[in-house]
Amino acid sequence: MINNGSRVLLEVKGLHASVEGVEILKGVDLTVRAGEVHAIMGVNGSGKSTFSKVLAGHPDYTVTKGSAMFEGKDLFSLEPEERARAGVFLAFQYPVEIPGVSNSALLRLAYNTLQTERGLEELDPLEFDDLLQEKIKIVEMDPGFLSRSVNEGFSGGEKKRNEILQMAVLEPKLAILDETDSGLDIDALRIVASGVNKLLTPDNAVVMVTHYQRLLNYIVPDYVHVMSAGRIVKTGGKELALELEARGYDWLKVAA
Amino acid sequence: MSTALHNLVNQPYKHGFVTDIESESVPKGLSEDVIRMISAKKLEPEWLLEFRLSAYRHWLTMEEPSWANVSYPKIDFQDIIYFSQPKPKKQLNSLDEVDPELKRTFDKLGVPLHEQKLMTGVAVDVIFDSVSVTTTYKAKLAEIGIIFCSFSEAVREHPELIKQYLGSVVPTSDNFYAALNSAVFTDGSFCFIPKGVKCPMDLSTYFRINTEGSGQFERTLIVAEEGASVCYLEGCTAPQFDTNQLHAAVVELVALDNADIKYSTVQNWYAGDENGKGGIYNFVTKRGLCKGVNSKISWTQVETGSAITWKYPSCVLLGDNSIGEFYSVALTNHMQQADTGTKMIHVGKNTRSKIISKGISAGRSSNCYRGQVKIGSRAAGARNYSQCDSMLIGDRCEASTFPTIDVQNTSALVEHEASTSKIGEDQMFFFAQRGIDSEEAISMIINGFCKDVFVHLPMEFAVEATKLLGLKLEGSVG
Repeated sequence: MINNGSRVLLEVKGLHASVEGVEILKGVDLTVRAGEVHAIMGVNGSGKSTFSKVLAGHPDYTVTKGSAMFEGKDLFSLEPEERARAGVFLAFQYPVEIPGVSNSALLRLAYNTLQTERGLEELDPLEFDDLLQEKIKIVEMDPGFLSRSVNEGFSGGEKKRNEILQMAVLEPKLAILDETDSGLDIDALRIVASGVNKLLTPDNAVVMVTHYQRLLNYIVPDYVHVMSAGRIVKTGGKELALELEARGYDWLKVAA
Repeated sequence: MSTALHNLVNQPYKHGFVTDIESESVPKGLSEDVIRMISAKKLEPEWLLEFRLSAYRHWLTMEEPSWANVSYPKIDFQDIIYFSQPKPKKQLNSLDEVDPELKRTFDKLGVPLHEQKLMTGVAVDVIFDSVSVTTTYKAKLAEIGIIFCSFSEAVREHPELIKQYLGSVVPTSDNFYAALNSAVFTDGSFCFIPKGVKCPMDLSTYFRINTEGSGQFERTLIVAEEGASVCYLEGCTAPQFDTNQLHAAVVELVALDNADIKYSTVQNWYAGDENGKGGIYNFVTKRGLCKGVNSKISWTQVETGSAITWKYPSCVLLGDNSIGEFYSVALTNHMQQADTGTKMIHVGKNTRSKIISKGISAGRSSNCYRGQVKIGSRAAGARNYSQCDSMLIGDRCEASTFPTIDVQNTSALVEHEASTSKIGEDQMFFFAQRGIDSEEAISMIINGFCKDVFVHLPMEFAVEATKLLGLKLEGSVG
């Protein structure tokens, strides 16, 4: 349940952002508290994915107006890697392949970078492998994937599971899942969703960007936001998603 | 990070060379007289002068090759000074006198202190004095019959060996640049491992670098007699700047029965600036002859420098059951052009060869693998495996692969695999989003991509090569 007295993790105010001179976000406001699950829904091109990339600091996007505070820090003054180290995680819509770099090596480097940032001990490969063996259970992944190159030759579903594995290892404070459900069959969807649920704690939060209500059957949101033409035009509880499923998005459309 | 560092890697060498050029040079340009003068200055025997002259006469009939995938302004061969004594670097009294920026690069590369001293021309202390290091090693090597010395010294001290093997792998008429080198080479290295001797240490040009800078037309000859083995390391991984425009070296390796030669290179010559101004043209002929049965020659190269690289370390597999290997990483950035690869010529029965080539292109560079695998009619049971992988960084660079396979024996087995991958902004953003900065990300990608080659480098070379590649790619992504 939502405890409105809980700590604010992310506070976005009047966010405008553009790509190649075209304004995509036109005044987004969003507050995310610890322990909350938010879903951002909307049609293609409404700005959902842009919003997640802007929060993570993708270099193609320019913030033109507005602010985003993350645990009291100005997110936009931080480099993408600094945001990640501060605890912002983006599960990519289209995970990239990194030939020649093994999954476990990447995870260990990312994990140890965070450990250093947090003033904790780095793990050696053996210790880290123990940790990893526990974490892969969360996404029901075959250990064979750990020694393979990152996402190389993975199916769509395996790539998405791999994203959640990274989330499990890095334990972010704020996880933004950008259409993590797209391209998943129903079994993979269940596994990914159950993985995310296992990772939820009262101290972290999840923002899910999705087209479809079906993901929300598995990861139940506290808030559902509808995005249209670069703004959040409606916010409700989980029942809003069901209404969207029944009525579509047209009734919420605003002029661009 | 950054431009500062990146500039520093590519900056011209600041330490002047002090030598009396006037008295040591011959006039500009090339003629029989110039060659006679070079030979006379070096007090060479008559047969070596004849070797040079015949190479020169052949060179006059040859055309500069134009088939390589590189372009550059026409070279005026009459505008080059073909002989000046090896240039001793300016002696400094301590590392404090070394350009602090250069020093930082060394630290970044993890070059050990005494090697830094050797490379920057600092007079080294008693313990690490380069002369005594050389002498100590030389004495130790001489005890077991190994000869390792400069080419000129070899001509004086061991003329019979030079006469026997010089030009036996790369004939004077082999190609335009080899012919030119044969006519005008000034110095280089000679290494001889007698029958049954396993060289107890890696032989490295480090030992000679302080007293004799690299020549423009270097000549290297390595001979391993029956059952002998040797590892030879060429060059050093620290930035080596040279104002000479054209480098045309020749390296010949000869392996007799059951002999084994492993030749490793890390090349980081001046590559020109971001717009392609300046830089070395590195037109090298490297070839190994597996003359005896069960002999083995292995080339490992990491090519990161030079404006233009034209280089195909090759193996002629003459002896039955002989083995040729080629492991290569070639990195080009900015306006660099590399046309590199290998030739594996299978003549003997059951000969085997393996080619692993990794090309990395960044900036506006062009990186080309050119390979030839030839299985002769007598080479029954010959096998070759080739793998050529290209990595593109950014979207303005170019990678090409030109493999040629020529099989004249039906029992041969030849395999070729190739792949191309791309590292772009999306990959770099992914790493950043996982908290990993770009420097570490690049080093991780490069390491992963090149590991099949790096495992064949001596440990310390591999470590330095990794750092060097990362350094060369600073700022090329994201």
